[in-house]
Amino acid sequence: MQNMTEETNKKHQAALLWKLSRGSRALYAVAFASMLMAVACNFMTPQLIRYLVDSVSGAPVERMPIVSSLVALAGLAPETVAQRGNMARVVMLVIAVSAFGGIFNLTYRRSLVMGAEGLVKRLRDRLYSHIQRLPYSWHITIQTGDIVQRCTSDVEIVRSFVSNQLIEIVRAISLAVFAYCILFSMNVPMAAASLAFLPIVFVYSFIFLRDTSIRFLAADEAEGQLLAIAQENFSGVRVVRAFGRERYEADRFASQNQLYAELWMKLGKMLSTYWAAGDMLTGLQMIAICVTGIYQASRGGITIGEFMVFLTYNAMIIWPVRGLGRVLAEAGKTFVSLGRLEEIFNSPTESDPESALDAPIAGDIEFDHVSFAYENAPILRDVSFTVSEGTTLGILGATGSGKTTVAHLLCRLYDLGEGEGEIRIGGVDIRRLKRSLVRKSVGIVLQEPFLYSRTIAENVASLSKHYSLEQIKEAASISQVDDAIEQFAHNYDTLVGERGVTLSGGQKQRVAIARTILKAPPIMIFDDSLSAVDTETDSRIRAALRDRVRGVTTIIISHRITSISGADKIIVMENGRIIEMGSPAELETFGGVYGRILDTQRLVVDETDEGGDRT
Amino acid sequence: MTNRTDEETERPFDLRTWYAMGTFFKPFRRLLVRIAVLMTVSSVVDVLIPLYQKYVIDNYIFARSGSGIMIVASTGIAMLIVQFAATVLFTRAAIRVEMGFSRDLKKACFDHLQTLSLSFYNTTPVGYIIARVMSDTDKIGLLVAWGLVALVWGLSYIVFAIAAMLILDFRLGIWLAGTIPFMLIVTTWFQNNILRHNRTVRRTNSLITGSFNEGILGARTSKTLAIEDINISEFADLTGKMYGGTVRAATWSAVYTPLMLMFGSFAIAMIMANGLGFVARGTIAFGTLSAMISYAVNIFEPIQHLSNIFSEATATQANIERVEALLKHSPEIKDSPEVTAVYGDSFEPKRENWEPLVGDIEFEDVTFKYPDGEEYVLEHFNLRVPAGTCVAIVGETGAGKSTLVNLVCRFYEPTRGRILIDGRDYRERSQLWLHSNIGYVLQSPHLFSGTARDNIRYGKQDAADEEIMESLRLVSAGDVINKLPQGLDSDVGEGGDRLSTGEKQLLSFARAVLADPRILVLDEATSSIDTETERRIQNAVSKILTGRTSFLIAHRLSTIKMADLILVIRDGKIIEQGTHRELLRKKGYYLRLYSMQYESEIL
Repeated sequence: MQNMTEETNKKHQAALLWKLSRGSRALYAVAFASMLMAVACNFMTPQLIRYLVDSVSGAPVERMPIVSSLVALAGLAPETVAQRGNMARVVMLVIAVSAFGGIFNLTYRRSLVMGAEGLVKRLRDRLYSHIQRLPYSWHITIQTGDIVQRCTSDVEIVRSFVSNQLIEIVRAISLAVFAYCILFSMNVPMAAASLAFLPIVFVYSFIFLRDTSIRFLAADEAEGQLLAIAQENFSGVRVVRAFGRERYEADRFASQNQLYAELWMKLGKMLSTYWAAGDMLTGLQMIAICVTGIYQASRGGITIGEFMVFLTYNAMIIWPVRGLGRVLAEAGKTFVSLGRLEEIFNSPTESDPESALDAPIAGDIEFDHVSFAYENAPILRDVSFTVSEGTTLGILGATGSGKTTVAHLLCRLYDLGEGEGEIRIGGVDIRRLKRSLVRKSVGIVLQEPFLYSRTIAENVASLSKHYSLEQIKEAASISQVDDAIEQFAHNYDTLVGERGVTLSGGQKQRVAIARTILKAPPIMIFDDSLSAVDTETDSRIRAALRDRVRGVTTIIISHRITSISGADKIIVMENGRIIEMGSPAELETFGGVYGRILDTQRLVVDETDEGGDRT
Repeated sequence: MTNRTDEETERPFDLRTWYAMGTFFKPFRRLLVRIAVLMTVSSVVDVLIPLYQKYVIDNYIFARSGSGIMIVASTGIAMLIVQFAATVLFTRAAIRVEMGFSRDLKKACFDHLQTLSLSFYNTTPVGYIIARVMSDTDKIGLLVAWGLVALVWGLSYIVFAIAAMLILDFRLGIWLAGTIPFMLIVTTWFQNNILRHNRTVRRTNSLITGSFNEGILGARTSKTLAIEDINISEFADLTGKMYGGTVRAATWSAVYTPLMLMFGSFAIAMIMANGLGFVARGTIAFGTLSAMISYAVNIFEPIQHLSNIFSEATATQANIERVEALLKHSPEIKDSPEVTAVYGDSFEPKRENWEPLVGDIEFEDVTFKYPDGEEYVLEHFNLRVPAGTCVAIVGETGAGKSTLVNLVCRFYEPTRGRILIDGRDYRERSQLWLHSNIGYVLQSPHLFSGTARDNIRYGKQDAADEEIMESLRLVSAGDVINKLPQGLDSDVGEGGDRLSTGEKQLLSFARAVLADPRILVLDEATSSIDTETERRIQNAVSKILTGRTSFLIAHRLSTIKMADLILVIRDGKIIEQGTHRELLRKKGYYLRLYSMQYESEIL
């Protein structure tokens, strides 16, 4: 059973690789063909040397017609190769053969890299665009680090397979096959001797690498722990200092550091024997050829030229075969990586049906008996309200009351299922509209907005090039962030993020507000997006929005009562339900949460006066 | 944040950079000499093998003689055994040097980092420090060990091979020997270009990683902005750049390898053209021809090694310079030699000379600005905090509430003026003396990987389990431990991430209580936790404050109300101070802060 599924998995992964290879297949064909030609040319030089040497030694040379005709083509014959006048011809002949080899070699490497890198580019592009189109619900369940790791390390493993290992395996095998066909046709006992140690060399390196991988893993883990100690120390430096634990930390690091170094030194002992034994086997192979050669020569079964060919071929194939063990051990990882990438590809992306409407939307927003559950946990229960076009709605509620979900549903980060009610804009169910259209029409500013590692101007313009600097500045001034931006060394061209300036939480929020204002959507949502801005700036932003951005339907979500007190309508939410709804004046007299908060604010003031009275 | 980047720079090879590492070489001198000797032996065997083959050809194959075959075999095997021993020994030595050297560098960096001031940590991203300590040191160790291996083997192979060829036959040997300088020049030129292209490729590669990271972290924002298509097309541009860069880099090496082989073939061709005549006339043996050809084929490898090591050494200079800069970075806050003489330093404290700390703190005409700041955040500030007083510091997010705490903890020192602890300038005592008496409870609790026990007794290594349990009880965190599978022995995971934020907070309180400090600093969390945990934390806070001088960076009303004195911070400056009632009566900024907090707590 286990094997069966593993087999089908491998088939899937091979299919994925095959699909990705579209566009690179011709290049691979060229690469493989020229690789084989290059190998053939490489084999030609020793044969040429054999021919030349044996011509001089007086031994029979006509063993390979292709070599003989090459020599004839150069205008040489066995009897004339050693003549002074023919030196130039010999030079030309040897160089010509290797020049052909060189040209094939170059073609092979270049077309291989073009094919492989093309494949990798397609893989990366597809991964990225797939991830961009995966739904919001996928994004909140995954671990960013894990996915980034797959997109980088696993892609790298696939890359080294398609750009190296694949052709290396084929090359080593074809070298060996080529060589043995020629060697056996030349001299059977000698060929058998040349073959003697080769399987051992291959099996030995394959088994060694397979069995030591677990120790490499242990060393990697030790390094990971060392890294963790360092990381915790540097990021927790205040705790370390405040408790005066420098000595303890240094000892802890030193002992793990020592452990890690020792693990590697132990691994080094195994590696040293492995390498040395590999050399030893290679050497024994050479001695076996010499001994058999001597034995054969004493019976007249081999010429000097032939003996030299055996020595050279042996040197040519032993290294690729030694490497083959390593390559095969590493190539095994490719399928694991492909499997991990496949998991990403198998998650379904967001897509709009053919019939999705793409007409501009405007009008009143209606939540019509909306209930919503996420992973079986009810979040919204029977929520109904309307927001008339051009008015402002304030939503008040504690953490977990469902107010953010209202916003997410309205910009279709989630979709309502069957029987969960309906959300309409201008009378149209938003599920019938194209997603991108809804999101372009409903501008939302998140509580913890994300800024791209670009310039501030690019961030405000949402990476689009359609806005002028004037427009960008205007948006920044409405969101009260223009002064802060002008303080930076490069003003609007200042880079944000790791390689640039670090913005405070409040500055980020204001840049994000500017970004939404610039897009001028007919509906704007502020999802607690002024939480890190001080109260004065908060009210200045709201005033600027009121005066300078007209006709926009606005939803302000907040737990700060002052932020929503200017709304036309307020709803108060608790546990996914609307518990109060009305104009600020109505709610004030209603005696609910809203009223209570206003009261307690007065209480605070009273308390002050009271305190004043007492002293 | 200062802008520290890992840009690789191009600079010529400079021995002085290496000289700076001098002291780190010392413990490895003998191993390094051993490596050099072994590599010479190894290269001699490598040069002998073609000569061995020549011997076989001339004396056996050509002579068609089979007598003495055993001697041939055993000579060969003897050579192999020497080779085997040399390889085993040099590999071991090289790995010991590699790991030992980088281990020592890591230790030196880490120890030095324990002495650097907080201002360094505030202006340097953790990732940057990690890269210096973990990967730069690895690269240096790698180069020291394997660079030497390649250098000695490559050089001595070339020298011995040239000698062998010239001795065998000068007229033939000179052809290959003459090609070597050209091969070296061409190799170096190509290597430099390949290195340059690879650098571009690496840079693009890290941009791609960054894009993936941003594409995932920013997915929600990209969706709400509906700019997925822009992202995708920009990413495709980037991978296109990567494609171009990689193909260019690979083209350089695709040209290089055949070109080098051509040099080899040229030498072979010249050897053959001349040698065939010599052989025919009987002036040289067949074996000589064979050996010459072997050298011509093999010489490519040592040349590549040599040229590689020079490019690597040049590239590694950047790593060395960065590590050097870190090791030379001197702490801004240092104990004076007089203080160290009495109190000891952070690694070798002289606790016997420490006087007990009572907890009276006084700011005396303190003026302060952050080292990277331009504005004075405190000017002529005076404040007396008698032992046992609780001071709350309030203000909006980002107002600069940590400044006073940073000064009290001596993470920073006053630019002018003095801070007195128990009546004496705190610079007259060691940092460790002060820190050993401070308890610090962070906004985002920082735990270390390891067991719960190790974490709780972080401030008091020798605490018995009873004491640990007692301190847990005091902050009502006993059941946090009881819930864990192995109680105190449970692993809390990296950074304590197997616990919830509330649990981490409670453990960090227990840690502070166990250390029993005279001064307590509490940086309160703004993050919302459930009401039950919140209640327990409040309870814990009130327990640990009793009888200590404390500074609270406070958000919650209940915490603020506990304080004897409240300092109100705005834009980095103290604008109001007094008790809760006094401040309310002023009806100033504090009242506004207070009512804002009030309304968010009532929801």
